[in-house]
Amino acid sequence: MSMSEVIASKEISGVSVQVTINGQAYQREVEPRLLLVQLIREELGLTGTHIGCDVTYCGACTVLVDGNPVKSCTMLAIQADQCEILTVEGLEQDSELHPLQKAFSENHGLQCGFCTPGMLMSSVALLAENPDPSPDEIRKGISGNLCRCTGYNNIIKSVQAAAKEMAD
Amino acid sequence: MYPAPFHYHRADSLQEAISLLSELGESARALAGGQTLLVWMKLRFDEPQHLVDLSRIPGLSDISMEGDEVCIGALATHAEITKSAVADAIPIVHDCGSGIADAQVRSRGTIGGSLGSADPSCDWPTLLHTLDATLTCVGSEGTRKISVSDLVEDIYTTILKPAELITEIRFKIPPANSGGSYTAFKRCAPAYPTASAGVQLTLADGDVCSDIRMALGSAGLKTITSKKAEDILRGSPLTKAGIDKATETIVAAAEPVPDQRGSEDFKRAVLHTLVKRAVDIAVRRCHGETIRGRHEYV
Repeated sequence: MSMSEVIASKEISGVSVQVTINGQAYQREVEPRLLLVQLIREELGLTGTHIGCDVTYCGACTVLVDGNPVKSCTMLAIQADQCEILTVEGLEQDSELHPLQKAFSENHGLQCGFCTPGMLMSSVALLAENPDPSPDEIRKGISGNLCRCTGYNNIIKSVQAAAKEMAD
Repeated sequence: MYPAPFHYHRADSLQEAISLLSELGESARALAGGQTLLVWMKLRFDEPQHLVDLSRIPGLSDISMEGDEVCIGALATHAEITKSAVADAIPIVHDCGSGIADAQVRSRGTIGGSLGSADPSCDWPTLLHTLDATLTCVGSEGTRKISVSDLVEDIYTTILKPAELITEIRFKIPPANSGGSYTAFKRCAPAYPTASAGVQLTLADGDVCSDIRMALGSAGLKTITSKKAEDILRGSPLTKAGIDKATETIVAAAEPVPDQRGSEDFKRAVLHTLVKRAVDIAVRRCHGETIRGRHEYV
């Protein structure tokens, strides 16, 4: 189709997205406007990633794209084409919880749990870059994630505990 | 929340992006990291019919220091710049980049997008004024260089022609005996700043301020600058009285818009504190102190 035909066309053509999520390859034809979080939750059924504010504020939808934390409500699925994505479902290995998941459980790092998938993914990214963060560095590291019920102190304790566990 | 439907085009080269944007005209937008544009589209502030994705164009995100000059590709992300040797060498760059929104936004948002959106709340335009940066812009009529101070015509409006793209940002490495500081006050990390201030200065013998550039962000419809305020300090030894007068002068030049982040008076008070703090840190850095700058939020 020529460019002028594309411009004239009311019909939006689908785009092909190939992603690897938690080690598994997926390929889908999607609308260009489909957001990454919707690809993950609605097309692929991985509902561990949550949608909170939907406007790049709360961080509940945080996933890692090629190792970098991103708010998946503010990235198009097509922008993640050919990328490696890690979601909260990918943290557990061989039925063993990730040290961060264990630490959140043991340190009361969650109450309602809504923000937890995003908190965990931001913490994974933080510890990958800084394996021994100070409490202040943890606060800065998870400053893009809002929690409305647990309070941040136990979350910070959890990240510290996980950092220690991962270093040992 | 879905944006309105649009056609998606991935550009594999700068030339392809420019010809796509030329052909598609007003109905198209260039997409870099999307941290501003996608939110606007979701909130229906903007409903382009076409997006031209620039993010896969190779060679537009390099960050380098060559001779006495820094060159940053327009697609470099806030995180890439913050972790670069440029940010290590020039503290004001680290101040600015490390405080933009949060880690997630810094992974995706780009310096070119921050400039191109012409949003006075964005941090890079303010910072780059203090470094007197020059932008390389490429369009269908060729390449031109413009000063960052000339980029923005009005809020959300640049002087760029349709299908003209910022490709790189260049500025001189500050000379010895220079120091700078950039600081923003925010309600929380992901929020846009309530106000921000950047100061870059050079001291000669006897603490004579041989050069200074000052700028305020989120303080009006464009980056706020004041030659008058700079002239108060340039050429004489720094004194408390001079700094107070220069601070009052640039804050008087601000035109803060009252909004949910605060009244005009509140924002002027915040700006006043930020300018004084930025001058203080800049001077101490000139004297060789190592100070970790950061944006302020609770």
